[in-house]
Amino acid sequence: METLSFLADGVLLSLQPINLMLIIIGVTVGLFIGAMPGLGSVNGVAILLPITFLVPPGSAIIFLAAIYYGAMYGGAISSVTLGIPGASTAVATTFDGRPLAMQGRASLALVTAAIASFVGGTVANVFFTLFAPLLATVALSFGPPEIFALMLLAFATFVGLGGDDIPKTIFSICFGLVLATVGFDTISGEPRLVLFDIDGFLRGIGFIVLAIGVYGIGEMLWTIEQTRGEITTTNPKMSVKGMVADTKEATRRGWKGTMIGSFLGFFVGVLPAAGATPGSLMSYGVAKMIAKNPKEYGTGTPDGVAAPEAANNSASTGAMLPMLTLGIPGSPTTAILLGGMVIWGLTPGPRLFVDESEFVWGLIGSFYVSNVAAVLINLAFIPLFVWMLRMPFTILAPLIFVLSIIGGFAAARSMHDIWLIVIFGIGAFFMRKFDYPLAPAVLAIVLGPIAEPTLRQSLLLSSGDPSIFFTRPIAAPIMVIAIILILLPGLKLLRGKRKEVKA
Amino acid sequence: MRRGEISLAGLLALFSIYLMWKATELPIGYIRGQGPGGGFWPFWLSAVMLLSCIAIAINWWRGTSPASQSDEPLMDDFGWRTIFLVGGGVVAFVALISVVSMYGAIALFLLYYLRFLGRHSWWLTLLIAIGLPIVLFFFFEGAMMISMPQGMPFTQPFFDVMYDILY
Repeated sequence: METLSFLADGVLLSLQPINLMLIIIGVTVGLFIGAMPGLGSVNGVAILLPITFLVPPGSAIIFLAAIYYGAMYGGAISSVTLGIPGASTAVATTFDGRPLAMQGRASLALVTAAIASFVGGTVANVFFTLFAPLLATVALSFGPPEIFALMLLAFATFVGLGGDDIPKTIFSICFGLVLATVGFDTISGEPRLVLFDIDGFLRGIGFIVLAIGVYGIGEMLWTIEQTRGEITTTNPKMSVKGMVADTKEATRRGWKGTMIGSFLGFFVGVLPAAGATPGSLMSYGVAKMIAKNPKEYGTGTPDGVAAPEAANNSASTGAMLPMLTLGIPGSPTTAILLGGMVIWGLTPGPRLFVDESEFVWGLIGSFYVSNVAAVLINLAFIPLFVWMLRMPFTILAPLIFVLSIIGGFAAARSMHDIWLIVIFGIGAFFMRKFDYPLAPAVLAIVLGPIAEPTLRQSLLLSSGDPSIFFTRPIAAPIMVIAIILILLPGLKLLRGKRKEVKA
Repeated sequence: MRRGEISLAGLLALFSIYLMWKATELPIGYIRGQGPGGGFWPFWLSAVMLLSCIAIAINWWRGTSPASQSDEPLMDDFGWRTIFLVGGGVVAFVALISVVSMYGAIALFLLYYLRFLGRHSWWLTLLIAIGLPIVLFFFFEGAMMISMPQGMPFTQPFFDVMYDILY
C-alpha cells in the first residue's frame, strides 16, 4: 500500500505543469531522435543533457527519461518506413516491419509497434514499481566490497554476454576506467595522470565529454560514411478509420509477440551491458521459435514487429532498475543519466530511495505518464515524423555537430574539453571501424569514480587482503558470478575446440 | 583493414605503456595504513589495456578477427573524402571558436556544410546559418546564463548589440 501511495504522489508530481510540459517535449524530441537513422536514445540523452541544467534535477531527469521513452517508440518509424533502424534497439523491427511496409501495410506495422511499445512499457513499469523499493532496501546494507563486486559484475557482463571481440571489450572497459582517473587522486589529493602535462587534464575528463564525442561526433561520422545519403522513404497511408482497423488487427495478430517481448525484455534489460538491443533480438528469436508457423517471420507478420518493439521499451525501463537502486546502469543511456545525476549533486544508489524519495517517485511516476504520452503522440503524429524523416541528412548532420559542440561547452565550460570531444569523436569512428565496442568505455568512465574508491576502501579494511571479496555473504556470490562471466568466452572456446577434436 | 587493425593495436599498446609509465608518478603498491597508492588502479588497468592489445595482435596474427581476414581497404575514396571534408569541417569549426566566437563559428560551419557539402540553396543556407546562432544565443546567454567564447576583440560590437536586445 505504501508503494501505491508513493507511486500516486510520483504520478501527481510528474503531472505538474512544468513536468508535464517537459514530458511532452521530451517524448516528441525522443520520437524524432529515435526515428532518425543513426540516432537513438543514447545520442539524444548525451547531446541534450547539458541543456537540462536549466531546470531542477527532478524535472531534468523526467525530461531525459521522456526522451529515452520517445526514442524507443521512434526507432520503429524509420525501421518500417526507411528499412533502416533508427537505432540498434530497432534492428529486429526491420525484419518484419519493412516487409509489411513493402506490402503497403506500413500503417499496420507502425500501429503494431506503437501498441506493443505501450504494453511493453506498462508491464515494465509495473515490474519496476514492485521490484525497485525491494532491491533498494536490500542494497542499503551494501558496503564497499559489495559495491565493488557489483561494479565488476557490470563489466563482466560486457565480457561474458556482450558478444563483441573479448580483448577489444576489455580494452574499452579499462580505457574508460583509466580516463576516469585523470585529474586528482581523490584519496591522496595529488595530481594524477595529467596527460602530456597539459593543465586542462588537471580538471579530469568528464563522462559527458566522452559521451558527446562518441555518441554525437563519432556517431554522425559513422552514419555519414555508412549511409552515403542513399535513403528512400515509404509513406504510410494513415487515417483514423484505418488506424482503428489496424489496432484490432495488431491486437489479434501481435499479442503473443507483445507478451514475450514485454516480459523477456524487462529481465534482459535489468542485466548490465545487455539492454534493449539484445532484449529485442532475443524476444524476436523466442517469438519465432515458439510460433505455430515460424516461416511467417521475416515476411511481414505483426508478431515479428510486436516482439522486438515491446521488448525494447520494456528493457529500457528494466535498465533503469539497477541504475536507481544499485547505482549501476544497465545500458549506455542509463549510464549517461547516472552521470547527469552526479552532476546534479545526487548520489545514485539505494540511499536515493531514502534521501531523495520525492525525486525517485517523481521519476517512476513520469515513466507511466511518458508511456501514455508517447503512444498518443506517436499515433497522432506518425505522418509528421515520416515527413520529417525526409529532411536531408545534410541538414540534420550539421545541426547535430553544432548541438554537440555548444552543448559540450555548456557542460564543460572549457575549450580543452571541446577539443577532447572532437578527438574522442574521430577516435571513436576509427575504433568502431575495427569493431572496438564503445559502450563499455562510456559505462566505465561513469562507474570509475565509484569503483576505484570502493576497491581501495575494501583493501584498506582488509589490510590489503583481497579475500575480503570472497568471504562476505553478499559480495562472494556476486564475485563468483562475475568471474564465471569473465571466463565464459574462454570456456565456450575450449568447448568448441573439444567438439572439433571429437568430430 | 588487415594492416589498419595491427597499426591501431600498436598505437593503443604504445598509449597503454605511456599510461603505465605516467601512473607510476604516484605509488602503485600498497601503503601500510593508507591502502593502495594513487597510481595502483590506473597502473594495473593500463597493464590490462596493454595485455588486451597483445591479445588483439595475436588474434590478428592467427587471422581470427573479421578485420584481420579482410584485404579490403578501410574506406574507399568516397569514404575518405567524406570523412576528411566533414571531420575537417568540424575541426575548423572548433578552431574558429577562439577567433570569431562560438556563434560566429557556428554560422561559418553551417554555411560551409549546408552550401558546399549539402548543396542547399543560398536562401535555406543563410536562413539556418544566421537564424540558428541567434536562437542559440538567446537560449544559452539569456535562458541558461552561460557565456560562450566571444573570440577576438573585433566581435565585440556584435555582442554589444545582442546584449542590448537581451537586457
